[in-house]
Amino acid sequence: MSAQPAGILASYRFVDAAADAIQALKAEGYRDFTVYTPVPNPEIQQAIGHRVSPVRLWTLFGGLTGCATGFAMTLWMSFDWPIVVGGKPIGSVIPYIVIAFELTILFGALATLIGLVFHIRKTRQPGAYDGRFTDDHIGIFVPCGSERRQAVETLLRDAGAEEVRVEA
Amino acid sequence: MSTIARQDPITRPTYHEVTRDIAATIGSPSRSYYVLLGVVLVVLAVGVGALLYQIRYGLGVAGYHPPVMWAVYITNFVFWVGIAHSGTLISAILYLFRSAWRTSVYRTAEAMTVFAVMTAGLFPVVHVGRLWYAYWLFPYPNQRQLWVNFKSPLLWDVFAVSTYFTVSTLFLITGLVPDIAALREQAKGWRRRLYEITSLGWRGTDQQWRHYTRAYLYLAALATPLVLSVHSVVSWDFAMSIVPGWHATIFAPYFVAGAIYSGVAMVVTLLVPLRKMFRVERYITVEHFENLAKLLLLTGMIVAYSYGIEYFMAWYSGSPYERASFWNRAFGDYWWGAWTMILCNGALPFFLFFRKIRRSIPAMFVLSLFVNLGMWFERFVIIVSSLSHEYEPYAMGHYTPTWVEWAILAGSFAWFFMWFLLFAKNFPTVSITEVKEIMPMPRRGRQHS
Repeated sequence: MSAQPAGILASYRFVDAAADAIQALKAEGYRDFTVYTPVPNPEIQQAIGHRVSPVRLWTLFGGLTGCATGFAMTLWMSFDWPIVVGGKPIGSVIPYIVIAFELTILFGALATLIGLVFHIRKTRQPGAYDGRFTDDHIGIFVPCGSERRQAVETLLRDAGAEEVRVEA
Repeated sequence: MSTIARQDPITRPTYHEVTRDIAATIGSPSRSYYVLLGVVLVVLAVGVGALLYQIRYGLGVAGYHPPVMWAVYITNFVFWVGIAHSGTLISAILYLFRSAWRTSVYRTAEAMTVFAVMTAGLFPVVHVGRLWYAYWLFPYPNQRQLWVNFKSPLLWDVFAVSTYFTVSTLFLITGLVPDIAALREQAKGWRRRLYEITSLGWRGTDQQWRHYTRAYLYLAALATPLVLSVHSVVSWDFAMSIVPGWHATIFAPYFVAGAIYSGVAMVVTLLVPLRKMFRVERYITVEHFENLAKLLLLTGMIVAYSYGIEYFMAWYSGSPYERASFWNRAFGDYWWGAWTMILCNGALPFFLFFRKIRRSIPAMFVLSLFVNLGMWFERFVIIVSSLSHEYEPYAMGHYTPTWVEWAILAGSFAWFFMWFLLFAKNFPTVSITEVKEIMPMPRRGRQHS
């Protein structure tokens, strides 16, 4: 785990106050702050304005890989040991749709989770944290040096922070 | 009392109270919990004993008798896979529909799904007798250079059920992560250590939520067609053959509706004692039972309709074998099974048209037990009565289950309840995060509104 950067940690009880603080931070040009929320909240998400997560591409490519694997595996195995069963062609595509369908779902779900873990690790936010943020508080951590500490602290307090803490 | 989202803003629990109340369900349950767990373990031991007896003396100790070579074990398999289905319906399909009431009950339903599939998965293995060869079901490179037969519905089942188990387990774990993080801050001792590991470093940062909400949505979107496919594939185990009574195109939707019907009944059976034992009456209210009752009513009516259509098609087809099979089903050796199923599944759900019954928890509990009984008999009747009465009169036979099969059936219930009880004691059976999510976060000036 990377070392925790120095900065300021503010906690909010009210969602609109936290959204105001995020807007104010963005207006001041801060980009690398972290927002902790107990639940995903549309107001906060809108204030932060992230682009849609790329996890969906993992789902898509996982699903396509699964579908291709399903057809390729069943057909290859049928021709590798060709035996006529039930008077059907050696490579019968129609019954293999079931296998391909299940593998589409399986690979799609596994890829989604791999993508989830990958992107969360890639966008890791190692700032200071408080246990209340998974309970009922919203937290904002702004990494900053000592020279800007005063300005950030005022900004966070003005938006309505319940508590502001300096993390050195 | 209504669901949390619609409760009075003054009396509605706050975010902190949600965390506190649900954290309180963990760790120190009442004495009745341990009594129940003890009973479950004794029954499980009986089931395991019966299985060991069968392994020692062979499949002959089961009542298999030609032509009935699929019987109680396959009935149990279909029954337990069916139970699993409503969990995914509530956790994934209702999630896509954005239905708010599901948040309090979905965790229970989803855990039930995973444990029911774990139970179902045992039965094909028990049924094949030499269970140490169970891996032959999977395509793996071997010295004989043989591959499995992908044209067989039984093999589709292997893929469908193992995919279902994997995806529903991953879906359950993904949903648990933010909840465990919320518990982590409250727990002490070894439990805190457990939650620190299993919360996977979750802190609820904006980036984590950004990826998580998307991933969860796509998992739900994948689980939705999956759950419909699984019981369709199970139904094709029967419908793809030419046994009279099985060979019907209605089987896939009929089985899926029946699966959800039996599963919702099992959710009710689990929730009634759970909300008392863990004191979560504030979160699982009469309104939840009423919504589950409506699901039961809908799927029950589809099942009743399917029963009617089955008999109609047997008559309308003009095939003497179909007609004889269905005549035998209603008035032959297994008439008691057929009428139990018609009574419990085809007639009882109509009581749910009465609001009084939908909103009475004791009535719902009793009804759910009857539905479970009826759905078990449905599978028994479909499997046993059809196989015992095919085409040739000299090849017809009679099957009676033996004590070994009954003991293994009882053991399977114990196995299922054991996992559920252990889960309920150590992990939140009501989702902390999703219950909070349907309540608006407090705003300046207008708190809790």
